[in-house]
Amino acid sequence: MSETLKVVVDRPDSTVAVLRTDGYINNTGGEEIAKEAYALLGSGVNRLLLDLEKTKIVNSIGISILIEILEKLLDQGGKLAFCRLTPTIEKTFQIMGLAQYARIFPAPEPALAWLRGESE
Amino acid sequence: MSSVERREVHLTIPVAPEMEIAATAQVAALGEWMEMGRDKIDEVKMAVVEACINAFEHSATPDHKVELAFRVDAEEGGRGAYLEVDVADSGHGFDPTRLKTPEIAAALRSSRKRGWGIKIIESLMDDVRIESGDQGTRIVMRKYR
Repeated sequence: MSETLKVVVDRPDSTVAVLRTDGYINNTGGEEIAKEAYALLGSGVNRLLLDLEKTKIVNSIGISILIEILEKLLDQGGKLAFCRLTPTIEKTFQIMGLAQYARIFPAPEPALAWLRGESE
Repeated sequence: MSSVERREVHLTIPVAPEMEIAATAQVAALGEWMEMGRDKIDEVKMAVVEACINAFEHSATPDHKVELAFRVDAEEGGRGAYLEVDVADSGHGFDPTRLKTPEIAAALRSSRKRGWGIKIIESLMDDVRIESGDQGTRIVMRKYR
């Protein structure tokens, strides 16, 4: 059994990056996302969209790593958005309060507009 | 279906990476059989994942395994059909009354970002009971259809 997470990074422009995940966000999955996120931060990109369309399950260890990423982004004046969450993953993010510091969108387009400062 | 035929499944999983996913397969199978909605099934799966990784990480269970029981039944005259899952280990146990409820604002300011499992389980399930002592821990969680 392997639920190894895959992360694909897309750069629609120089200001934002989209990380598309496919698989289980647990400790190893979270670390994969963090590796890509910190590489982007190191290159000056601090507005990230996590598109979880192909992630159907997460656990709290994986989410704690997402909180670390969020902390680093906020420290650098950045923003974090999520899109295409399953109802249960969105509910879990709400339970943990993650939605107070990162925005959740149903689709990528409004998320990218918010990250670019084109919408509230 | 207003009532359900009682059904119970037992599963033993080793303390090993991603074995919690094996447990979620039972939740899906029984949840679909009892015609529970997709979102509710996913919530039970998430709670089972959290209970399993809690046992994996914190119980130090000497036999390196976690015992699960999945039970479909109904409350006569009560809230109707439910899926109940027991997640048990034979580790050192803990005092549930001493658990600190994590807060996101504090987590963002400190190195401690973990400890969300019980809060997630209690929020996603309808009833949760934690029995813990020197002989181990049993989390019993129930979701109504």
